[in-house]
Amino acid sequence: MKRLASLGLGLLMTASMTAVQADEVRIGMITTLSGGGSHLGVDVRDGFMLAMERSGRNDVRVLIQDDANRPDLARSLSNEFMQRDNVDILTGIIWSNLAMAVVPAAVRQGTFYISPNAGPSDLAGRMCHENYFNVAYQNDNLHGAMGAYMREQGFERPILLAPNYPAGTDALAGFKHLYEGEVVDEIYTQMGQTDYAAEIARIRASDADSLFFFLPGGMGISFMKQWENSGVDLPVFGAAFSFDETIIKAVGSAAIGAMNTSLWAYDLDNEANHTFVEAFREAYGRMPTLYAAQGYDTANLILSALEKAHPSDQDAFREALREADFDTVRGKFRFGPNHHPIQDIHVREVVEGDDGQPTNRLVGIAVEDIQDIYHEQCQM
Amino acid sequence: MTLFIEQLINGLQLGTMLFLMASGLTLVFGVMGLINLAHGSFYMVGAYATALVTAATGSFFVGLVAGIAVAAAVGALVELIVIRRLYHRPHLDQVLATFALILIFSEGTRWVFGSSPLWLNPPAMLSGSVTLPGGLRYPIYRLVIIAVGVAVAVGMYFLITRTRLGMRIRAGESDREMIGALGVNIARLYTLVFAMGAALAGLAGAMVGALQSVQVGMGEPVLILAFVVIVIGGIGSIKGALYGAILVGVVDTLGRVFLPAFFRQFMSPSEAAGVGSAIAAMLIYIMMAAILAFKPKGLFAANE
Amino acid sequence: MNKSNTSTLAPQPGLPTPAASWYDRKGLVQIGLLAFLLLAPLALYFLGHIYYVNLASRITLIAMAAVGLNLAIGYGGMVSFGHAAYFGLGGYVAGISAYHAFDFTPVIGWPIAIPGSDSMLVIWLAAILLCGLLALAIGAISLRTTGVYFIMITLAFAQMMYYFANSWPTYGGEDGLPIFLRNGLPWVDTNDALTFFLICFGGLVLSLALTSRIMKSRFGAALTMARLNDTRLATAGISPYPIRLVAFVISAMITGLAGALYADLNGFVSPTMLSWHMSGELMVIVILGGVGRLYGPLAGALLFVMMETLLGGMTEYWQLFLGLVLLFVVLFAKHGVMGWLAGRERHE
Repeated sequence: MKRLASLGLGLLMTASMTAVQADEVRIGMITTLSGGGSHLGVDVRDGFMLAMERSGRNDVRVLIQDDANRPDLARSLSNEFMQRDNVDILTGIIWSNLAMAVVPAAVRQGTFYISPNAGPSDLAGRMCHENYFNVAYQNDNLHGAMGAYMREQGFERPILLAPNYPAGTDALAGFKHLYEGEVVDEIYTQMGQTDYAAEIARIRASDADSLFFFLPGGMGISFMKQWENSGVDLPVFGAAFSFDETIIKAVGSAAIGAMNTSLWAYDLDNEANHTFVEAFREAYGRMPTLYAAQGYDTANLILSALEKAHPSDQDAFREALREADFDTVRGKFRFGPNHHPIQDIHVREVVEGDDGQPTNRLVGIAVEDIQDIYHEQCQM
Repeated sequence: MTLFIEQLINGLQLGTMLFLMASGLTLVFGVMGLINLAHGSFYMVGAYATALVTAATGSFFVGLVAGIAVAAAVGALVELIVIRRLYHRPHLDQVLATFALILIFSEGTRWVFGSSPLWLNPPAMLSGSVTLPGGLRYPIYRLVIIAVGVAVAVGMYFLITRTRLGMRIRAGESDREMIGALGVNIARLYTLVFAMGAALAGLAGAMVGALQSVQVGMGEPVLILAFVVIVIGGIGSIKGALYGAILVGVVDTLGRVFLPAFFRQFMSPSEAAGVGSAIAAMLIYIMMAAILAFKPKGLFAANE
Repeated sequence: MNKSNTSTLAPQPGLPTPAASWYDRKGLVQIGLLAFLLLAPLALYFLGHIYYVNLASRITLIAMAAVGLNLAIGYGGMVSFGHAAYFGLGGYVAGISAYHAFDFTPVIGWPIAIPGSDSMLVIWLAAILLCGLLALAIGAISLRTTGVYFIMITLAFAQMMYYFANSWPTYGGEDGLPIFLRNGLPWVDTNDALTFFLICFGGLVLSLALTSRIMKSRFGAALTMARLNDTRLATAGISPYPIRLVAFVISAMITGLAGALYADLNGFVSPTMLSWHMSGELMVIVILGGVGRLYGPLAGALLFVMMETLLGGMTEYWQLFLGLVLLFVVLFAKHGVMGWLAGRERHE
């Protein structure tokens, strides 16, 4: 009967009716592989799969689907993974708005979600959950760290720039929280804006002594190019989201001299990182970005927990995840009570590399053991 | 006051960028009656070709010529394969077919060139800024964009009013059956006009791409703005596209600058910035709805 | 020159047809489609495949939204490129109402306090009413224009809503608004996948019946005439403007109700529901199924979601192939899936 029905409804089915090994672990990865900003998803996937291959485990299956940066599609894919493929663990989402569509429902239904990137404040605070872990950062971390760094460096009149959407307003709030001083002005731009002449004119007219901006992806590229041409001569600060290796290659010389905060740098001096950078370059022929590093750490965290328990034993597996007993490329890593990282945030400067292309160079530590401010709202 | 003038120039400059994009779109609609959502794809093709050729040859100008040529060639090819089957179809089919073309172009480009944005900067001789009379410092490249926009506007004016091709275009706009009867090869004329539209989009992509991120999907935000421009100006009218582009450029720029300042009078700075930019984002659409409510065919309707 | 466009719209649905019987080819295809959509999830539910039931709910709701759009585009000749506005508004009604019911805070505190509600009946009513009002305002302005101007002005209004939702922080802005507990109905458990599917299916059948009923009425005949030749309608003493406006409003109400249910299905609403891609997708589904065919949206939604699911599982470049299929359909299968399955309408 079952087979008959399946045959009749063949169109609805995809070929996933294979026999399931009893102890096989299934991981569903929903990430952005097409459309705008897809280089982030590609890097998370490649970093993740690199760790999986290096582990040599053949009892872990990773299913990968493209969410095309659409929340409703991501939600549907998570249903597909949970209800049809019976995955034990979900991961992969890049964007906060997609995470908000998928994560709360997924963890309530007893699936683990391990975030390799997005860390919206709600998931760190009032909507935190015992089955949700974030291996990357809480969204504010990098911005806050830059606030602290700029204060320490003696800048007194920063001007702030971000797009007018939740991650943008959160970024500026996070910055101000650790900067703890007056800012000259806050400028909000439109989502997907491509021309920044008006904003640059406002910055020029202000008496700011420095600029902090958060413009992820293509918006940051456009801004930096136009900034260089404008002749405004202020030191520029930002978070790594506007200065990953892919983006600064596209910006070119305009990026040189900009300082940015990151949880990882390819020249961080630790054994795990050397291995990772070398293996990644060999496997994919390009420099890893922080997204690749996050994907790699996410996979290694999962693998470390799988050494101790199978996800079907939820409590034991959760404990194993909490211990975060893996070789992180960041040098050190531990979880706070809300399952978000407590970690060092580093400062990098964009410099001209040996090949003439811009690249990031590690400068120092902005904040040690930074923790998000939302963990107090989290009741687990 | 200097700031206000600078922002006004910024608005004009944004307007000329939009005009580069909108002129091709409105030309294609005026002559063939075709809604082309894939116009943004030619913009992307132009920028990609320019970026790749510039990287290979080291010369932005060679890249620019290549960008225009490739966009025109791709445009002609698309016209021959797909677009010419759509002229006699309802707008609905045109929207769907060109929507499909967007998907094909975007994902095809990503397949071939990858997801990472490409590098493309203005040439060294055009980067940096100059001091204008009145002590205002302004980027050279943006002045060049204004100049190119003006040159395109003037060039199109001469093309349409003074040349044989322009005569045929005008004839095509007013009566399509008639020019066929006069022995003009309509199929060839249409391919030519469509390729010209694509070349204009490619030019816009190449020029603007040097100031922006050259990446898959870069054409979409500009496409919607270009449609707003030509609808406000009156579809099919080059003059309308010019005025529409400048109107949209100036209103958008001034809105972005002055609305947050306006709301600051009675709100906290963060709130004012948020509310102000939210309304600024909607401003040009509000303007478009208002204009169409009173002039349902736009400001300079080309033909009734 | 733009005048010629209306006459080239090849199918002429809505004209009185000889009484169609359920047992002719078209009738069989229609019943087959509905039966497939109903029985497949039912069977899979009892075999334990919840996922397919939810997928069927998704197909059903997208079909229902497209049924609404089809009334405007197919029967009314009003090519709206902004129906995402109603789909999204419906979604936000469900989201915002549930949000306030969860928090025990009023939706509006002044002049009268309106509390939130997690009852689907209240939400549906509110979604229908608000979408109707919005469509009345948008339609009143937009219907003064025709052709491309109409396409673009409806797009402009939807973009306004999109930017507004994106930057308005109270309800999550771009992050969207989660619905923690699916809104409820008296006596039934809406959290059960099958129950929820049956509710959606009921909504789809009702909207199909309503459309069919409208198009058989005198109003439907006037709407068809307004599309084909509004001068002739005007000489008959009927002004086409109010006819179109009413049809536009009803169309938006159906799409809005589908949006409210869609938010409940996803447990989530975000500005993506208001984006121009969403409007485009609904148009694609209407055309894919066959413009102005009663069951076209259903066939279109089935095909579209299945392509999305199957291609998405096969290659990360699935949108490229989706584009190729769409292009092929427009160029070579003018009458959509229904034209291919059920043959042309009799009067063509």
